[in-house]
Amino acid sequence: MNMEKGLKYSKDHEWVRVEGNVAYVGITNYAQLALGDIVFVELPEVGKLLKSGDVLGVVESVKAASDIYTPVSGKVVKVNEGLAGAPEEINRQPYESWIAAIELSDASELENLMDEEQYGRFCVKEG
Amino acid sequence: MREEKLIFEMGTKGRTAYSLPDLDVPRKGVENLIASEYLRETAPALPEVSEPEVVRHFTRLSQKNHGVDSGFYPLGSCTMKYNPKVNEYVSDISGFARVHPYQHEGTVQGCLRLMYEMDKMLSEITGMARVSLQPAAGAHGEMTGLMIIRAYHEHRGQKHRKKIIVPDSAHGTNPASAAMVGFEVVEVKSDEKGNVDIEELKSVAGEDTAGLMLTNPNTLGLFETNITKIADIIHSAGGLLYYDGANANAILGISRPGDMGFDVVHLNLHKTFSAPHGGGGPGAGPVGVKKELVPFLPVPVVELKDESYYLDYDRPLSIGKVKSFYGNFGVIAKAYAYILSMGQEGLKKASQTAVLNANYLMKKLKEYFHLPYDRTCKHEFVISAQRQKEKGVSALDIAKRLLDFGVHPPTIYFPLIVREAMMIEPTETETKEALNEFIEIMREIAEEAETEPEKVKGAPYSTVVGRLDEARAARNLVLRWKKEDK
Amino acid sequence: MSRYIPNTYVQQKEMLEEMGFKDINELFDDVPGDIRFKGRLELPAAMSEIELVKHMQWVASQNKNLDEYICFLGAGAYDHYVPAVIKSLLSRQEFYTAYTPYQPEISQGTLQAIFEYQTMICELTGMDVANASMYDGATALAEAITMACRVTGRNQVIIPRTLHPESRQVVKTYAKFNDITVQEVGFEDGQTDFEGLYRMVSEGTAAVAVQNPNFFGVIEDIRQAAEIAHGKGALLIAYVDPISLGILKSPGELGADIVVGEGQSLGGALSFGGPYLGFFAARKDFLRKMPGRIAGQTWDSSGRRGFVLTVQTREQHIRREKATSNICSNQALNALAATIYLAAMGPEGLKKVGEHCIEKSHYAYEKLLETGRFSCCFKASFFKEFVLRSAVPIEKLNGKLLEDKIIGGYDLGASYPELAGTWLVAVTEKRTREEIDMFVRKARAI
Repeated sequence: MNMEKGLKYSKDHEWVRVEGNVAYVGITNYAQLALGDIVFVELPEVGKLLKSGDVLGVVESVKAASDIYTPVSGKVVKVNEGLAGAPEEINRQPYESWIAAIELSDASELENLMDEEQYGRFCVKEG
Repeated sequence: MREEKLIFEMGTKGRTAYSLPDLDVPRKGVENLIASEYLRETAPALPEVSEPEVVRHFTRLSQKNHGVDSGFYPLGSCTMKYNPKVNEYVSDISGFARVHPYQHEGTVQGCLRLMYEMDKMLSEITGMARVSLQPAAGAHGEMTGLMIIRAYHEHRGQKHRKKIIVPDSAHGTNPASAAMVGFEVVEVKSDEKGNVDIEELKSVAGEDTAGLMLTNPNTLGLFETNITKIADIIHSAGGLLYYDGANANAILGISRPGDMGFDVVHLNLHKTFSAPHGGGGPGAGPVGVKKELVPFLPVPVVELKDESYYLDYDRPLSIGKVKSFYGNFGVIAKAYAYILSMGQEGLKKASQTAVLNANYLMKKLKEYFHLPYDRTCKHEFVISAQRQKEKGVSALDIAKRLLDFGVHPPTIYFPLIVREAMMIEPTETETKEALNEFIEIMREIAEEAETEPEKVKGAPYSTVVGRLDEARAARNLVLRWKKEDK
Repeated sequence: MSRYIPNTYVQQKEMLEEMGFKDINELFDDVPGDIRFKGRLELPAAMSEIELVKHMQWVASQNKNLDEYICFLGAGAYDHYVPAVIKSLLSRQEFYTAYTPYQPEISQGTLQAIFEYQTMICELTGMDVANASMYDGATALAEAITMACRVTGRNQVIIPRTLHPESRQVVKTYAKFNDITVQEVGFEDGQTDFEGLYRMVSEGTAAVAVQNPNFFGVIEDIRQAAEIAHGKGALLIAYVDPISLGILKSPGELGADIVVGEGQSLGGALSFGGPYLGFFAARKDFLRKMPGRIAGQTWDSSGRRGFVLTVQTREQHIRREKATSNICSNQALNALAATIYLAAMGPEGLKKVGEHCIEKSHYAYEKLLETGRFSCCFKASFFKEFVLRSAVPIEKLNGKLLEDKIIGGYDLGASYPELAGTWLVAVTEKRTREEIDMFVRKARAI
């Protein structure tokens, strides 16, 4: 299972990379493989306030649509506009293709997330 | 077959295929009759082609399709039975096809009679009190039936009944229809025999239950043997039972939804009653209800008084109208002709034979494919390509390989609860020879999956186009032709 | 044995034996005894083809049909000319016996036809995207309204009373189950009361839906309606007669956001009200909120162009209860008829049909006024239908005309109490001067 060190992972297969008090959120390699060819990404609006567990956006393949849940609370400060024209980037480089950046309102939420080792075990259990 | 150009890429300026007489009233000039601000300055970019070009173009397009008359079409859940030609003929008689819906009732007694009799016949077949012919399709019937359920509860002061229970094996239209009517959807699991899990159903049925939607036989092609128990659970919780008629071809004259305990039923006239599918429509999805729900049916209802038929709009509890006019009359007329051709014995024979044909195929195919639920099926059954999947051959690959044999593939990846599902519905209108040929083809493909899996994975080879890149279509959306693309 | 069930009794017996069954009833052992149907269905005995045809002809003969009667009735369903090529091509089994294009490799005929249809609808309406069609105009309008509510996050819609009464009823049914409030605005001189509309539109309005030409045949000011709607952030839905769009400005040019309508006038049979064709088009921003099937262009691995259903994640088979609609098919054959019709007519033919409708309806209008038995009701411009006030009760008028094999206009009093005694008359390109003159002569004599 291809994962990246230093990231945090959620049970819904999102990853989080923290830079200062901003969290970049994307979907994991496991998630993109399960979806197949990604053809569309619905990005959130900049400025939107989200609680952890809220729907951040939607990733779509030809035959499936999957909600992306934000694992952290806060304000959306940036979205990855590049994905609108090239959603396949998520297939190509899942850990480079962040979807949105969220200004953390509660950094302690990060402690609920898994590290790569825990996430790896979680994925094996998921099958 | 070579690529057929788009009709916009054909023809040349000034060519036409229309034929209109010269204007025989004194010309006043459109610009003098209608303000210029309303008039179009640029013509729409419609094709400029002659009649022979129109005919060749659409004839060639038709040749790229597979229809029921082209060959075997065992598309599960769709009941692709033969569409009798006489039904096309009789529904096209001027006395039906050339009648305006707002003509005075006295001038449309034939149409009203046909609708009245159809209501009676479908009520008899389903064990319901009355049937509305207004819904235009199965999904539309579902929506209408659920509106009736909601109106019924609200009328009884039970506004809080907001939940519709749907099995996990249900067709996607069930939850989607429930959502359109403002219901919340609760899913129940199937047990290891493919039936609704009774214990789970008990745990979700309650005071907020508006109803349960069920197909019987279910989407695995299996009869819900616990149906009376299910009906008891829902009814004692105060809910109603909705019968999705997608699979009614298994039960005509054998078991009626009304007798099983269902309160609302829709039928698909384009499946069970032989009206053609039209490449995706038009269909018709009449909705039948038990006596206590009759007041909620859409308006109008055809009634008979003093030997004349009339449209009754005076129904204060009606949910209203769900479609203009009275339904897809042309489709209803075809189904009416079918029922008359079959008669009561013929309909029963159709269901018996459909079930026999399905069991025959299932029995033979389970030698080559995994059969997840091995029990007598009804009019269809679900096998899985999971054995072939070990060699990398999926249900999709098998479906595509079938195209090379001139067979329309089964429904694949449905129901969602079976991996690599292939849902096969032969219908009663196939010969034993055709069934045997299909078995032989499936055996051959199963063998190819073992010995030359790449061959199956690369299929189809003989169709006008190969596998099309759906991801590309979805990423770079081209949803219409544009002039500058020429 | 029925003629549609090929396997003989002997063959069925053989098949059963091969499976280890003795009797066909054993296949139904899983149907509990108490719910097994034991009687005989009370249905007529099977008819032979000869008997069936005779019976159907007899039932049909109980109707008056437009091959024998001259029709001046419209009100949402029209007696336009249907070119012979349509029936001929629609009778091809590959079109009418196929189902929805699940397997694109063997459905290119249907898919390419849908793609061509979508293009034509976009051309007529001035919209960016069209779907593969809906059940009819009224349900297309109802779906447009629920979509407008999803897009705007608002739940009120305004519909002028000049919009078809049945379509308004259908909208109200859909709305009532979706917590959408439908407000109606009245009319002035046969046109939407724009001042009233302006006062009614608010920040809570999701959409304003205007019919053009409206139910009275009158041409509405779509541009003004759009400006009023947009002023409060609401969408403008235009509900149009496509046959008018060879000559009238496209709703897209006038500011509409969603365009829907009844497509029966494009090569469809009257068929006592159905099957008809709902078309649905919108600006491209709304694509992912649209209901219904959509075909798109793509390629196979050898570079051959082909068509597939696309943007399917909106639909019920993927999104289930979160889908944009529960529709899982379209009116494919009716959409095909419209495509063939528009291909045959071309821009010139469609324009000519429009001109003939306008010229002939105005001729009839003036001739009827000249009789002195009718008076003008609205002064606004009309397309192919007009309203007159009659000295004679409409029912009597139509009853007498029927004796002369004429089907008269629609009695507006039935849907608009304030318009009791007025008559909505439709004149299509099919009516000849001779027919119109006779109609006027007979109407005068009543």
